[in-house]
Amino acid sequence: MAFDIVNGAAATPPRPQGDGRRPRHAVARHGGAVLRVAATLAFTLLGLLAVTFFIGRVVPIDPVLAAVGDRVNAATYERVRVELGLHLPLWEQFLRYIWAALQGEFGESVLTSNPVLDDIRRVFPATLELATVATVIGVVLGVPAGVIAATRRGTWIDHVIRVLGLAGYSVPVFWLGLMGLLVFYARLDWLPGPGRIDLFFEGMVEPVTGVILIDSALAGEWDVFRSAAGHLVLPASILGYFSLAYISRMTRSFMLEQLQQEYITTARIKGLSERAVVWRHALGNAWVPLVTVIALSYGTLLEGSVLTEIVFSWPGLGFYITNSLLNADMNAVLGGTIVVGAVFIGLNLMSDILYRLLDPRAR
Amino acid sequence: MHKRILPVAGAIGLSVMLAVNPVQAAAPSNMVVMAWQIDELISLDPAEIYEFAPAELAANFYDRVVYYDIASPNEMKGGAAESWTISDDGKTFTFKIRDGVKFHSGNPMTAEDVAWSMQRVVKLDKGPAFILTGFGLSKDNVEQKVRAIDARTVVFETDKAYAPTFVLNCLGSWVSSVLDKKTVMANEKDGDLGSAWLKTHEAGSGPFTLNLLKANEMVMLDAFADYWRGAPKIKRVALRHVPESAPQRLMLEKGDADVARDLGPDDLDVLAKNPDIKIRKIPQGMIYYLGLNQKNANLAKPEVIEALKWLIDYKGIEKNILRETKIPHQTFLPSGFFGALDDTPYTLDIEKAKALLAKAGLPNGFKVTMDVRNTYPTADIAQIIQATWAKAGIQMEIIPGDNKQTLTKYRARQHDIYIGRWAPDYLDPHSNAQGFAWNPDNSDNSSEKLLAWRNAWDIPQFTKMTEAALAEKDPAKRKAIYEDMQRQFLKVSPFVIMFQDVAVLAERKNLQGFEHGPNFDVIYYRNMTK
Repeated sequence: MAFDIVNGAAATPPRPQGDGRRPRHAVARHGGAVLRVAATLAFTLLGLLAVTFFIGRVVPIDPVLAAVGDRVNAATYERVRVELGLHLPLWEQFLRYIWAALQGEFGESVLTSNPVLDDIRRVFPATLELATVATVIGVVLGVPAGVIAATRRGTWIDHVIRVLGLAGYSVPVFWLGLMGLLVFYARLDWLPGPGRIDLFFEGMVEPVTGVILIDSALAGEWDVFRSAAGHLVLPASILGYFSLAYISRMTRSFMLEQLQQEYITTARIKGLSERAVVWRHALGNAWVPLVTVIALSYGTLLEGSVLTEIVFSWPGLGFYITNSLLNADMNAVLGGTIVVGAVFIGLNLMSDILYRLLDPRAR
Repeated sequence: MHKRILPVAGAIGLSVMLAVNPVQAAAPSNMVVMAWQIDELISLDPAEIYEFAPAELAANFYDRVVYYDIASPNEMKGGAAESWTISDDGKTFTFKIRDGVKFHSGNPMTAEDVAWSMQRVVKLDKGPAFILTGFGLSKDNVEQKVRAIDARTVVFETDKAYAPTFVLNCLGSWVSSVLDKKTVMANEKDGDLGSAWLKTHEAGSGPFTLNLLKANEMVMLDAFADYWRGAPKIKRVALRHVPESAPQRLMLEKGDADVARDLGPDDLDVLAKNPDIKIRKIPQGMIYYLGLNQKNANLAKPEVIEALKWLIDYKGIEKNILRETKIPHQTFLPSGFFGALDDTPYTLDIEKAKALLAKAGLPNGFKVTMDVRNTYPTADIAQIIQATWAKAGIQMEIIPGDNKQTLTKYRARQHDIYIGRWAPDYLDPHSNAQGFAWNPDNSDNSSEKLLAWRNAWDIPQFTKMTEAALAEKDPAKRKAIYEDMQRQFLKVSPFVIMFQDVAVLAERKNLQGFEHGPNFDVIYYRNMTK
């Protein structure tokens, strides 16, 4: 149990500090909050940029060789080096890097020859689609499972849920993905194979959002929708399982914490039904830290799950960034990093807002 | 109530799975699907291509001046050029351009398109330009040296007389791809000769047109109905980016893919038993070798060089490490190339090696280092070699590094032994002869730093032979020079050549006519049927 509680405590955001710091004016309070958020945002992004920039310098790949091949003459090599700005001092390269990022100028990807922004517009919706469905699966199944495990603590159902959760944590996603393909695609023939969509539907729906489920529904192309949904089931279930494993574990420990509180005893003494006590009162309070857990888990999935994407040939963000980094395609890495950074910051903001809505003390 | 939640949720999940149970996606009969790792679609511009997949695509989008026909590997066939003549001094090639060839845009192909396309490669001076600039072409002179003299005739002048087979072999690579000048120039930006546009488009006259290109996802090619050699029989080829071996295998087994191209040994073992699948192995240009630095006194001894060639467990390495992906090969010309000799005289013979070491005055062996790139299969091969050499008393220390580190050290001649790989740049023996057996200046500041130089192998005799072969007009004599060179090279060179790459293709039985040549730029889809 100690294990669970330690984990729970770590994931619980700091509680609001009571009345001590209540500002005098609402305007000042909001203004301060905006400034603080802006500063955090800028600082986080700068940190991200610095880290990726220096990782890009440390990786033992020569971006010039990556662009021109192994055996060009020295003059061509030098020309391309200058074109890429690699002859400049390091600090100047870094400043250029930040300047370009601020202007939204990510340049062209060396690997795909497309503007990085276009590439990201193409790969991010693929990841978004997958991560969102996976998170929905994780929440819809994970939260109830955690609640049940907590209320049935020590019984067989608690053990089953905990073992499933532990397995979700420890089984390599790569293996699970391959097994999923082997069973549901190759043997049982229930589900389609790798990729986002069947080949002959390729190009039938004009990308509007890039999320095929939405685009095909908008266009009324239900065959395409079915194909896309079918392709989504397996990877989303596998990622959903991982999300479920984490969320159910966290839910369980938050619930255990809540169920030991005095107000629960009070509610029970007042004669409320066990259902109301557990699902309304205890879970109602457990939601507060859970929101942060879910947001973090969603954010992690939005970074792109590289291994899942590789197994399922899913053209998503994780694979894009990893591949770009390994090939010293710095423009693409920069662009991808900004997106991931922005997503994390956005999710943090959102969970912050939700948190305020859910916790009356934070209003 | 909550007791029912899990089963209910499970039932919902299952019914979703069944509801979306899709139309199964077996590839239609007029379409071929390849599962392939294609994450290097850097550019489709023939003036810029330097990667496997783009070079292969270019072979199907474009006609070349001459082309490599897999059925007759010893001579180039006329592509855009229907015939050619060579001047007596061997320096001027005059190509007669075929009449009635249409580009995908509908424009007719003219001599101007042919000359302009080659000029463009030299002017842009990117990765593959050296294949043409090697003939003395430069930005300043290319418009005089490569020119259209009338609507059907192109002249190509070289700076000196080369073996005609060499010139034609070089022109058979993708640098002579003929572009539709009008279409390309209509898409020019800031004087880039259409370079930006051509990265993701094509403007060719070949058997296929580009229908859809999604980086890291797929490429779709459509048959070109007006192709001058006749329209392809299949309507469409889809290359699907599937990075992993196991999913490729599953797709092939299910018929969702007709060809799988990056299968690992385990998956190949399984497929070998499948009656619906055939597996083909086609030797490729890449060879794996050890370079012994002649600056090291021990490695410079002829007996030591020979001993090390007897001290490689060629069979064991092939069987245990490389399995399906490479075959033993010991000469510097890859099997399948003009003039290649497939002799493999060396086998593992520790006693013989010990005797040779004793003869060299090193009966107890010696200490030596090997710079090893830290990846499969190089690192794995190096470990086996280390164990084998220990049996003959040679204490070899492996210095692991990444590609850049080991290569930098190698290029500076600071290694003892380098384990590496080498692929020819074009389908002519000169590419490898120049690499392995040509060293015009062995001084530290030489301007030619190819493999013989990197290992400080001073070889006036081989250098002369390489140059003689390059200038030899008679193909039969040229072939004889290369064969002779390889025989001598096998005995004395400080290169222990061990293996050659093979392309392993797993195909559905009903697929016919996928033509895969010995190099990545001569792979053709035109005759595929299923």
